[in-house]
Amino acid sequence: MRPILLSGHERALTQVKYNADGDLIFSTAKDQQICVWYAHNGERLGTYHGHQGAIWTVDVEPTSTLIASGSADNTIKLWDLKSGKCLKTWEFPTAVKRVEFNEDGTKLLGVTEKRMGHLGTIVVLDIKVDVDAEQSDEKAMTIVCDESKATVAGWSYLSKYIIAGHEDGSVSQYDAKTGDQLVNYNIHELGQPITDLQWAPDRSYFITASKDKTAKLITARDLEVLKTYTADTPMNSATITVKKDFVILGGGQAAMDVTRTSARQGKFEARFYHKIFEEEVGRVRGHFGPLNTVAADPTGKSYCSGGEDGYVRVHHFDKGYFDFMYEVERERMNRLNQEEQQRQQKEQKENKK
Amino acid sequence: MAPSFDHLVEENLDDEEFDEDEVDISDLKQKYEVQLESGLDTFVVVDGLPTVDEAQKPKLVKFLLKKMNTVGRTREEQIYMPMGEDGKSMNFAFVEYSTKTEAAAAVRQLDMVPLDKRHTLRVNKFTDIEHYGREGKISENYTPPEIEPFHDQEHLRWFMADPSGRGRDQFVMYRGDSVGVFWNNDKDQPELIVDRPGWTETFVQWSPLGTYLTSVHAQGVQLWGGPSWTRQRRFAHPFVNMVAFSPNENYLVTWSNRPISIPDEGHPSLSLDDDGKNYVIWDVKTSKPLRSFAQLDVPAGPGEDLAARKPAKLPWPAFKWSSDDKYVARLTQGSAISVYELPRMNLLDKTTIKVEGVMDFEWAPATVQREGFKGHEQLLCYWTPEIGSNPAKVSLMSIPTKQVVRTLNLFSVSDAKLHWQSDGAYLCVKVDRHSKSKKSQATTLEIFRVKEKGVPVEVVDTIKDTVINFAWEPKGDRFVIITTTEPVGATAVPPKTSVSFFCPEKAKGNAVGNFKHLRTLDKKNSNAIYWSPKGRFVVVATVANTQSSDLDFFDLDFEGEKPESDKDLTANLQLMNTADHYGVTDVEWDPSGRFVATWASAWKHAMENGYHLYDFKGEQLREEPIEKFKQWQWRPRPATLLTKEEQKTIRKNLREYSRVFDQEDAERISSADVAVVEHRRRLLEEWYAWRAQVEEEIAEEREALGLPDVAQLLKEKTEGLAGNGEEQIIEEIVEEVLEETEEIVQ
Repeated sequence: MRPILLSGHERALTQVKYNADGDLIFSTAKDQQICVWYAHNGERLGTYHGHQGAIWTVDVEPTSTLIASGSADNTIKLWDLKSGKCLKTWEFPTAVKRVEFNEDGTKLLGVTEKRMGHLGTIVVLDIKVDVDAEQSDEKAMTIVCDESKATVAGWSYLSKYIIAGHEDGSVSQYDAKTGDQLVNYNIHELGQPITDLQWAPDRSYFITASKDKTAKLITARDLEVLKTYTADTPMNSATITVKKDFVILGGGQAAMDVTRTSARQGKFEARFYHKIFEEEVGRVRGHFGPLNTVAADPTGKSYCSGGEDGYVRVHHFDKGYFDFMYEVERERMNRLNQEEQQRQQKEQKENKK
Repeated sequence: MAPSFDHLVEENLDDEEFDEDEVDISDLKQKYEVQLESGLDTFVVVDGLPTVDEAQKPKLVKFLLKKMNTVGRTREEQIYMPMGEDGKSMNFAFVEYSTKTEAAAAVRQLDMVPLDKRHTLRVNKFTDIEHYGREGKISENYTPPEIEPFHDQEHLRWFMADPSGRGRDQFVMYRGDSVGVFWNNDKDQPELIVDRPGWTETFVQWSPLGTYLTSVHAQGVQLWGGPSWTRQRRFAHPFVNMVAFSPNENYLVTWSNRPISIPDEGHPSLSLDDDGKNYVIWDVKTSKPLRSFAQLDVPAGPGEDLAARKPAKLPWPAFKWSSDDKYVARLTQGSAISVYELPRMNLLDKTTIKVEGVMDFEWAPATVQREGFKGHEQLLCYWTPEIGSNPAKVSLMSIPTKQVVRTLNLFSVSDAKLHWQSDGAYLCVKVDRHSKSKKSQATTLEIFRVKEKGVPVEVVDTIKDTVINFAWEPKGDRFVIITTTEPVGATAVPPKTSVSFFCPEKAKGNAVGNFKHLRTLDKKNSNAIYWSPKGRFVVVATVANTQSSDLDFFDLDFEGEKPESDKDLTANLQLMNTADHYGVTDVEWDPSGRFVATWASAWKHAMENGYHLYDFKGEQLREEPIEKFKQWQWRPRPATLLTKEEQKTIRKNLREYSRVFDQEDAERISSADVAVVEHRRRLLEEWYAWRAQVEEEIAEEREALGLPDVAQLLKEKTEGLAGNGEEQIIEEIVEEVLEETEEIVQ
């Protein structure tokens, strides 16, 4: 299917995000506005104005009431999704690189940059999921990353842990209530920063992307590496699809290394891997700069990618995508169907009795 | 009073009685004894002379003087031949040279030189006789040399027996810092045999028959082999840059651009005579150096400014081997070819072959049996440019007789290249000619039919453009050329090229007809030709080109219909497939002619390094991008041991063999597939089992904590919204213009 090209940004994309219903796409870029688009046709619904610097990150509250954004102007802003009104601004000493709501939207975490004598931190804010409510000024908690700064972070299932990916390639697990570091494992190649961390729908496992040219699927509880997806170029982003057992990786030759080489050379492609078999199943071309961010539709109908080239590309999957199955998957599906049928027949018989 | 030595000694002496004579310092004395320049270094001792009496002595001395003067300068009165009491000579003489180096040269060059049938000269340094022959140095009793017990060596040709029974070939890959040897598994992951990090420092190379793997280090060259990949040989040539084997693996040439410098403490295998040399020729079996050579300076042409001249590109290999390993030759450009006999490495007939103006030479790659010639000979061909009013010449010389068997005169020659066919049956001389005004260039091919009587020469002069590449079909009589209209210069975009195929006409009996043009393909970018080692198939490729990277796979004996125009020709050309390997830098056929490996080497560029593997039809089997991929080399195979008849029988029964092989392949593939499927099935089961467990655990925990489900939250909100008002219906009107016509109403 033809991709939809969203050309509303003037500079490199930093993050794209679907809301929980999968009907809206939020995108941030190094220009100073957040855009929101209809996922199904690419029409721009509106923008959120207020930030004074490059916007690094955006997240949507699960009930699509609020959105939060973090920016290089050292603030996190909370917005009314519907009206575009800025509800609250929290100020920090350094830029905010990542924000994420927990699963019920009552807590928001922000990752702040290490700079100018300030260590990188992960801050937690209490949120009232109500457009009219007064939001608290106080930070509920601050985790200081004194070893290696956090580049990305997120909430696990039941808001039990905060998981952070670090600049040195390690992944930490923090207790979400106390902020204590529980474990820290060197998961990616030492010294290769983790560039993205995205969750499976139930937040029991997540995928990390790294400059070490791999993405890894990791459990939230034990930080056990389940799967590794190996690419041939540094990865900037990775996401997990629903409906189909795939993961999507985005990356490419780093923007600063791109010279006069062709697009082919830069490897600016979205790569699809089978989540369970770790095998590459396909690539989608189109961007002419590295992919900075990819996101999968929570309803499984589409995915979108944002590139250094300033474009967001939304791809709706067509029939072939849904029909594609490994032989063993088909086998399993048929078996499950059969079992289901048998069970139903049994029930019917019992009902008759 | 100033303290004097006498006083000091007096005062500091110990009280104890001290007898100097009691201390035995003879061992120290011997150790630190200074070897005084005895002046005897210029003397040599010549042994093995015939016994003569006083009357015959002057005659022998004169004869000896002549011999000794070939390497240095000496006079009659400097030869002293002691006479025994019986008035007969004692079979030896002392000879004094004017310098030490001359004496050394005499020892090196005249030792073991036969005088006549019964007498062989033995020349030793006088100081050596003194040194080794000194009292006590040699034991009076004979002790037999210790013979080391025999160690079983591993079979060096083990690689010919593929353990899987499929006759697979091996190859070596050098990527990153490690070197690995693999069995080729066509479509599947190659099977690793051995992988060692830092096995070599610069590159690896197989010996020509595949017996050894050569690794190159700053200290020298090492050969590895056998099933356990142990070190077989070591050749300590410091800072070696290049390595070349003789065709039968008996000898090895190493070259370093730094002249060898022998340290004071000596060198494990090289001697002082090798100091300052660049090339060393080694015996592979004994790993001893045979002879070393210094680099030759290419003489400056007339009128050339020596300082302004760019350093000439070194011709490699500088030493070229005859096909039977018996001779090795080196060119002194412009003046001579030096042919050395092996294993002694002496100049053939003690003199170089003087050829004025000689530009290049090539040995025949096989031992050729010329018609009307009996006996063993190796053929050598060389060319000389026009000198004054003399024409340029291409000559064919027979070694060891040094007889020129064929000469061809040519005019208006600007350059020539010599191309032997692999059996030595043909020699093609690609002659670049210029017109009288020297403005335009053209190429002719002069083909020598070496095996035919009188060595007839056929000229192919139908080519209008410059030929940039030429390749004979191995063991065949067809060839491919690549031509271009413009000379290849330093342009950004290389000019378009044409690929032409030539083959002989059909002729009666066993004769080979005249070479005829078969087909030309225009507007190509191709620049390289790779024939299958078994002939028939050829890959014409565009390598090391940033714009294009085509690989065209041709069959010259296509079994389909033959065009009417080619009915008199011995080839039926068919393009089987075209592949594209971005950034390809090298192409190599496997020794069986079944597979083609192409790779993009990190030595040439850093883009998409890795390899592709194709079958002979050009169908891609594998592709593997590997970071810092440097080198691929198929392991060569030694010549087959089967006789012609046996090979013929096999070819006849090929159908039966292939039936068995096909069945085996099918079985193997299906069993491999089963394994893969089984593995996937397990992964899938494991995953879903894990998911079920995790989901259950989370649900329990959620319940315990009393946390709401996300889906539930969403539902609440939607319900809340729905309560506010009735469902909204969005209508979208789509207009479609079916037809538009415009009429002008007057």
